[in-house]
Amino acid sequence: MKVLRDTWLVFGRYWGLFIGNPVWVAIGVVQPLLYLLLFAPLLKSISHTPGFPSGGAYNVFVPGLLVQLGMFGAAGVGFSLIAELRMGVIERLRVTPVSRLALLLGRALRDILSIVVQSLILILLALPFGLSIHPIGVVVVLALIALIGLLTASIAYAVALWLRSEDSYAPLIFTASLPILLLSGVLLPLGLAPQWLRTIAAANPLSYAVDAARAVFNDDLGNPSVVKGVAIMAVLSIIAVFVGARAFGRAVA
Amino acid sequence: MEANAIQTTGLRRVFKMRNRTVEAVAGVDLTVRQGEIFGFLGPNGAGKTTTLRMLTTLLSPSGGTAMVAGCDLLKEPDRVRERIGYVGQAGGADREIKGRTELVFQGRLYGMSLAAARNRAAELIDMLELEACADRKVTTYSGGQKRRLDIGLGLAHNPQLLFLDEPTTGLDPQSRARVWDEVRRMHDRGTTVFLTTHYLDEADALCDRIAIIDQGKIVAEGTPEELKREVAGDLVTLSVMGDQQGAIDLLKGQPFVREATTDGGFVRLYVDRGETAMPTILRLLDSAGMRLMTIGLQRPSLDDVFLRKTGRSLRETAA
Repeated sequence: MKVLRDTWLVFGRYWGLFIGNPVWVAIGVVQPLLYLLLFAPLLKSISHTPGFPSGGAYNVFVPGLLVQLGMFGAAGVGFSLIAELRMGVIERLRVTPVSRLALLLGRALRDILSIVVQSLILILLALPFGLSIHPIGVVVVLALIALIGLLTASIAYAVALWLRSEDSYAPLIFTASLPILLLSGVLLPLGLAPQWLRTIAAANPLSYAVDAARAVFNDDLGNPSVVKGVAIMAVLSIIAVFVGARAFGRAVA
Repeated sequence: MEANAIQTTGLRRVFKMRNRTVEAVAGVDLTVRQGEIFGFLGPNGAGKTTTLRMLTTLLSPSGGTAMVAGCDLLKEPDRVRERIGYVGQAGGADREIKGRTELVFQGRLYGMSLAAARNRAAELIDMLELEACADRKVTTYSGGQKRRLDIGLGLAHNPQLLFLDEPTTGLDPQSRARVWDEVRRMHDRGTTVFLTTHYLDEADALCDRIAIIDQGKIVAEGTPEELKREVAGDLVTLSVMGDQQGAIDLLKGQPFVREATTDGGFVRLYVDRGETAMPTILRLLDSAGMRLMTIGLQRPSLDDVFLRKTGRSLRETAA
């Protein structure tokens, strides 16, 4: 299969670039640690507030943190693409017969792999703090985070190809992702929110992913919100991949 | 065996701006023969880059047809991609990657096995004399090394047709000469080369044939010699002892003389072919008993052609 071979090749190139830069690898490991050390302790004291979900502070906080990692970890990937546009790399690749889908998927897989590894590190680091999770739950959650990464990265690449400049890419991506994150209940559960906020959140696809992740960490794999969250992310990812691959096919570099 | 490397008919490209449409390329008919070095010239904004981008599958045409490397550009862009190489203005190598790694990756994109791609990369490194830097990151390369690597990327799959977009812009004279040598070597190996350039001396020295595009249309196409002759003809400047007017009267009647004027003490003759006209002129003056003091031949430059065809000098429009 040409698409698979090309995707593997493109993945290899970008994974090599990532691994070849120790700074990125270090940031990838340190970031989750900072969240755990500097933010999670605040939750201990409010976890007894009425409306705070059961399961303990870490089991409520870590799923949100993972979703945020999946999204923010992939939202910035367009920066490197814009740099490549400038170097003529994208133009050069587009003149070869390489599959356009592979140009997107190969890169996105690199992003997903780094996000999944970071997520795993975060889960492992949280265990001594009192996080508890079933091994199957870990697999389900990582799959969910991978889908969020794929969705976000595909959109980010399409936007980067469309805008072609860091100056317009940065404000757009960060202005768009902030309300999406806040309205998904990643930091604090939306159970604490007033009704109007909850109504808006219901229209936010990411809030279903957060619900799914929380259900998994609550040892409730059979909860319908798990299937719902994964399914919504999967469908949106497929659409985003399609849009992203088209952007690679049409880019006027 | 295909007769032509590129054959376009009525190739068009329209861009939609906010409230109007702009026809960047307005019906281009172009023929590039197999194995030639073809130069594509034009002022900025004339449609040069847009045409190049269409021919290299980067941009889809709004109308017209084109056969590139024996394949239909509109119907089988993937087959065109397999047969052409392209070196863009920006180059295309990632600064953070080693030259050799880029060459191997490029070969792999064209379907080569890892072993074959490694062999080809080694071959190209040898051919383009990149041994000294092949295993360093591209960010450390000199301008000339970078350009040679870019060309290597375009040649990874040994394409039959190579597009070079302003290959020597920004290079020092030495590196420029190296690139010319490389282009000539490709030509010797039978590769068709299509290049755009801002330098008329480059087009003149390197290209078998050239085309000039202006306002989206081809305004001239031919060998540099043909174009120069068509536009101005050669200029023979001479001076004689004594009867200058007599010399003019004598030469004016000759069929090869287009125009004869005097300029100070000199007679200026525009002739079709200076190299054959000069011996005849010498003979005529001699048999008329006139003593020639000086004689010189001046060829029109491509800049004269460009000026005549586009109303602008390329030097003025070059960015």
